[in-house]
Amino acid sequence: MHEFAVAQSLLEIVEHEALRHAGAPVTRIWLRIGHLSSVVPDALRFAFAAVSRDGIAEGAVLEIEEVPLRIRCRACAEEFVLEDPFFVCPQCAGAEVELISGRELEINSMEIADGD
Amino acid sequence: MEIKLVKDILAANNVIAAQNRQLFSQHGIYVINVMGGPGAGKTTLLERTIERLKGKRRLAVIEGDIATARDAERIAAHGIPVVQINTGGECHLDGNMVRGGLEQMDLAAIDLLVVENVGNLVCPAEFNVGEDTKVMISSVTEGDDKPLKYPLMYQVSTVLLLNKIDLLPHVTFDKERFCVDARKINPRLEIIPLSCTTGEGLDRWINWLEERTGAAGA
Repeated sequence: MHEFAVAQSLLEIVEHEALRHAGAPVTRIWLRIGHLSSVVPDALRFAFAAVSRDGIAEGAVLEIEEVPLRIRCRACAEEFVLEDPFFVCPQCAGAEVELISGRELEINSMEIADGD
Repeated sequence: MEIKLVKDILAANNVIAAQNRQLFSQHGIYVINVMGGPGAGKTTLLERTIERLKGKRRLAVIEGDIATARDAERIAAHGIPVVQINTGGECHLDGNMVRGGLEQMDLAAIDLLVVENVGNLVCPAEFNVGEDTKVMISSVTEGDDKPLKYPLMYQVSTVLLLNKIDLLPHVTFDKERFCVDARKINPRLEIIPLSCTTGEGLDRWINWLEERTGAAGA
C-alpha cells in the first residue's frame, strides 16, 4: 500500500524537475528498486498512473530496474549476490557482512518531450 | 531529452526525518520507532513500559493509526503526554506526520519518546521518522515464519521483542527456528523474548531502555 506514498514522492520530484524545463511533459522515468525494498513494481506503476493523472507526468512510462541484493564479506573480502536476504557469507558463513546494494528506491533519470 | 537525476525517491522524507532527529538531539530525547503487525502487542508493551519507567524517565508517546484514538486513550489513562496521528489510510508514519505531532508536545519535558507505528509488517520499514532506534515486536501467535516473509522489517530493526511467550505451550511456534531465521536476516539483532501478560522478560527490555536514556529531568 505504501506504493502510493512512494509514487507521490516520485511525482513531486519529476514535476519539480519538469517545471525547470518549461513544464515539458514527462514521457519516461527510469527507476532503480532494490531486491530488499518492499516496493512492488506493478503496484508502483498503478499508483503512479493514479497520482499523475491530469498532470505533466500523466502517461509517463516507468522503466524499473531491479537491483540485486549484494553483500561484501569482511573476512573473505569478496562480494556475493544473494537471492534470499540472509546476511551471512555464502563462503565462510561469517556474519560480518555489509550491504552493497539492494535497498535502493531511486530515480535515475527522466525523459521529457522535446519542445517544438 | 533525458535528464539525469540519481536521487533517492524518499529523499524529501529523509530530509524531514533528519530535521526531527536534530530537534530530538537538541532536547536530549531518545526516540524509538516501534513497529509490528496488528495485534502483536505494541500498545500493551507501551503500557507495561510506562508502568515500569514512570518516575524514572519522562515518557511521551506518538500513536500512529489509520483511524480511531483508542490507542491514545489507553496511553493517556497512564497520565503521560500522548498525541494521536490518524493517517487516514496510509499504512505507515512518515517524517512529516511525526513532525506535526511534535508541535503539540513540550519537548523540553521528554527523555524518551516512543513512536508507535501503524500496525503493518511492510511499509513502516521504508520510512524514517527521525528515530534513534527501530524496535520491532512480534508475537508467538503470528507464527514463526514471519522473518522470512517480511525480511526488511527484521533487517532494519535493532531490537526484536518476541511477545506472548506465555502462550508458547498452546501454539505451534518454533522459537529456535524463529530466532535463527531472524538472525540470518540481521545477525546483530538483539532478541528479547517477553510476555506483557506475565511480565516475564520485561526487566531485560526496561534495562535496555534505561541504559540508553538519561534519568528524569537530567
